[in-house]
Amino acid sequence: MRETSKRSGPGGRGGARGEKKDGQRRTLFRRRKVCKFCADKIDDINYKDVKLLGPFVPERGKILPRRISGTCAAHQRKLQTAIKRARQLALLPYTTD
Amino acid sequence: MTRQYELVYIVSPDATEEQVQALHTQVEEIIGRLGGQLDKTENWGRRRLAYEIGSHKEGTYVLEVISGGGDLMKELDRRLRVSDQVIRHLVVRVDEENRVVEQTRSRRKAESTRRRVARGLPPERQPGEGPRSEESDGDGLDSPEVRS
Repeated sequence: MRETSKRSGPGGRGGARGEKKDGQRRTLFRRRKVCKFCADKIDDINYKDVKLLGPFVPERGKILPRRISGTCAAHQRKLQTAIKRARQLALLPYTTD
Repeated sequence: MTRQYELVYIVSPDATEEQVQALHTQVEEIIGRLGGQLDKTENWGRRRLAYEIGSHKEGTYVLEVISGGGDLMKELDRRLRVSDQVIRHLVVRVDEENRVVEQTRSRRKAESTRRRVARGLPPERQPGEGPRSEESDGDGLDSPEVRS
């Protein structure tokens, strides 16, 4: 358990600020985020691999930010180019409405 | 100066098998004429597009891996742009990236071998050793899902 003042991560947005005064300490479990590509040792982030890129493009079609996915900077950059290339080929959407 | 490129183009869904084939032959012919080499070709078949291109909702994807110079790709790019059967295409240079990927992969392998030897283990990972698969080597990872 770690107390951070950072308000990031899934579920960490707004509304989670209500402090309970019951003497009960708010236990905030935040799973440590790890870069999927580092953990799985995926060297090649390829634009053709829609299955790999899919989870990083939520419904709206935007690229999932690093602060949420936990991807490391180097891999996020590669991911970004891969997603943009996949978009050009209509493998992934630019937007969805 | 030869470089490796990947060319992906989407053929209009109205095109027949023969027309797709003819397009491929055309590409091959241009490559041959400008002193390139076709390393690999893959037909992903008909796929749904993530968004509409023009009035099309699906298309036939074809991937060609080509070794050649920049002027060859320029010519191919021009030809595909003009062609009205090809609704979208993309050329990406891949040799640099592949080299880097290869490098990191071999470096990691060497590092793991070194560590294993230092721990007095056989240099290669044995089957059924530990929960984490170290070498779930990306086979099939870079092959796209082919759905028709």
